Amino acid sequence: MSTVDVAVVEKPKAETSRAWTAGRVIGICVLALYVLIAYFLLRMIVVNYDPEFVGKYLPRMVGGLWITVQLCTTAIILGALIAFPMSLARTHHNPVIRGLSFGYVYFFRGTPLLAQAFLVYYGAGQFRPVLQDMGLWGFFRDAYNCALFTFTLNTAAYQAEILRGAISNVHKGQWEGAHALGLGKVVTYIKIILPQAFITALRPFGNEIIFLIKGSAVASIITVFDLMGETKLAYSRSYDFQVYLWAAIMYLAMVEALRRCWDKLEARLTRHLKRTED
Amino acid sequence: MKLLKLFVAVVAATVMLSGAASAEMKKVRIGTEGAYPPFNSFDADKNLIGFDVDIAKAICEKMKADCTFVAQDWDGIIPALLANKYDAIIASMSITAEREKKVAFTNKYYNTPARFVAQKGSGITDISPESLKGKVVGAQSSTTHSSYLEDIYKGVEIKLYGTQDEANLDLASGRTDLVLADSIVLLEWMKTKDGACCEYVGKDVTSEKHFGKGAGIAMRKEDTELKAAMNKALAEIVADGTYEKINKKYFPFSIY
Amino acid sequence: MEELIGLLAWGKEGWGDELATGAWLTIRLAVATLPFGLFLGFMLALARRSDEPELVAAANVFVTVFRGLPELLTILIIYIGLDLLINEVVQLVSTERWELSKFVSGMVALGIVNASFSSEVILGALKAIPAGQVEAARSMGMSRFYTWLFVVLPQLIRHALPGLGNLWLLLLKETALISVIALDDLLRQTNIVVGATKEPFFFYSITCLIYLFFALASSVVLGGAERWANRGQER
Repeated sequence: MSTVDVAVVEKPKAETSRAWTAGRVIGICVLALYVLIAYFLLRMIVVNYDPEFVGKYLPRMVGGLWITVQLCTTAIILGALIAFPMSLARTHHNPVIRGLSFGYVYFFRGTPLLAQAFLVYYGAGQFRPVLQDMGLWGFFRDAYNCALFTFTLNTAAYQAEILRGAISNVHKGQWEGAHALGLGKVVTYIKIILPQAFITALRPFGNEIIFLIKGSAVASIITVFDLMGETKLAYSRSYDFQVYLWAAIMYLAMVEALRRCWDKLEARLTRHLKRTED
Repeated sequence: MKLLKLFVAVVAATVMLSGAASAEMKKVRIGTEGAYPPFNSFDADKNLIGFDVDIAKAICEKMKADCTFVAQDWDGIIPALLANKYDAIIASMSITAEREKKVAFTNKYYNTPARFVAQKGSGITDISPESLKGKVVGAQSSTTHSSYLEDIYKGVEIKLYGTQDEANLDLASGRTDLVLADSIVLLEWMKTKDGACCEYVGKDVTSEKHFGKGAGIAMRKEDTELKAAMNKALAEIVADGTYEKINKKYFPFSIY
Repeated sequence: MEELIGLLAWGKEGWGDELATGAWLTIRLAVATLPFGLFLGFMLALARRSDEPELVAAANVFVTVFRGLPELLTILIIYIGLDLLINEVVQLVSTERWELSKFVSGMVALGIVNASFSSEVILGALKAIPAGQVEAARSMGMSRFYTWLFVVLPQLIRHALPGLGNLWLLLLKETALISVIALDDLLRQTNIVVGATKEPFFFYSITCLIYLFFALASSVVLGGAERWANRGQER
């Protein structure tokens, strides 16, 4: 009883005069530095404000943002479609299938996205006659398609690994239990294993989407006018550093919004796993 | 404080590493692209070669300056100059009003027109903006050619590339219908195995506003001394025949 | 095919030595960035664990920004912006101009990104060490420093190693983005070679294989390191 009293008495005192620890001073200094940098950047935007320039390039950049969103969404969905069979192939009993899928995943995870994009874009250009014979040139002629193709294969490799890890994380007892209940393999896989694996995979999958959004900036280097591409174009006409700031804000907003939504989604989907007493 | 300390440490380390840049006039760092044959490119030993490089060396000799070359992608070549990565750009940069807002130029050291190229037998003869509607035209980004296309050729799909090589590669593979670039650069490319696919279309493309008064040497506006010295050296090499010699080495006709 | 292999020769005719110097720069850049990134990441992790809300906020803002920006943008911003900033400050006291070398710009940019991610890993690893262990060590009379060195650090390494290993592999790949500021890394050298030889498929494939080799070699080393860190855990 007396300890509680002491705590009650001491609490307001502690709040009125917090100690100036080294950590607090550093924290305030760094925050002040941020404010200073923000002030410089803001001043730069205000001083260099040019309505004609903003009117011309800001809409283009928003258009570029839309291309980025389209590109990433399509790649994530198509990638997921490839990732399912690929994650199964990774643990297949046939060593050839296992080896091939391992090679695929290792290649796309082990090399830079930019190098992959170059390989696809300029490599396809070199093999035009072959691709034309196969009727595929119409697809690879377009830089957007090449970027989409690269990103899809890339994210499929990452997603396959996430899924494989999540599936192998599901306790073996779940398989055995389902088997004991007389459930078939496919039903067990779809109804018992996948739902549990999805929950484990949720966080890494969210991270993968964010990585892809950030990585998609390399599309600009193979002539796609995504957000980064439009930004570089605007910069090349004005040499005005603020266009990079606009782009930074757009990318950050996109990534942060996604992260917040994903946290909400995860909290909702895993609410049955939380204990009420905390 | 630790973050700050680290920041200071990094800055200090860098400063010590790179040292004072323009302490003496004698040292001049020259930025160039290295992907624009025959004006500036790398040979198989990664040495810079080409017309721009030879001119730069001749000018440096006349100025009695100790010149070093820095390769920089075209896209960032002016920003890097402004950020003090080097002191002058000798990379076939056209003197335009748009660029003069940011940097200072010497007098021109050559002037060649821009032209379109297309695949042989493409059937394209008229290069007016109206007749090219719906076509795909490639150019190197941040160039006078890209600005010209953007301003004049509305309704034409424009594709911009980091280097001229990449733009040419895509014309050869049929991703683009036309490329707009410097006529000499294109001529040089069409002499190669990969460029044999293509031919000039239409006459010289002219626009003083976009293509400016020829190629000059760019430097920061405050470096007025350097500009004066370079203009003087340029006039000297033109007067004493050095320029002509270099010109002859690359082209059978004068490009001054 | 033989013609293509010939292009890989050393010296004046071939491009093998150019690729090799590029690969060497890629390794140097990644190796130079790692300690910088780890140190900064460690500081950030400590700051985010601190009791001072200001310090936590400062570290969180940093991490949020550099985790969310595309690496390509971070590199361009640091390469151009940091120099402008330094020059602005330097001009206040002197008329001289300073320049940040491309290597250092790249190192700072990649290091900052790496630090933001590694602070997450280190934070997680620190959380995984039960507070009771530190209390027990302290109550046995171990000094703060010794507690840190002999109780916390070995476990920290064990918990953080897999995550940091992944970040190292990420770093190796991210060095490719440095090619946009014209630092002659492996990918930029490849671009130059492709420009000269017009053989994009062959040379980009070779480059991808070199990156794969780096990843493979790193995995082997990291696997060994993890076994070493876990040597006390075997049953």
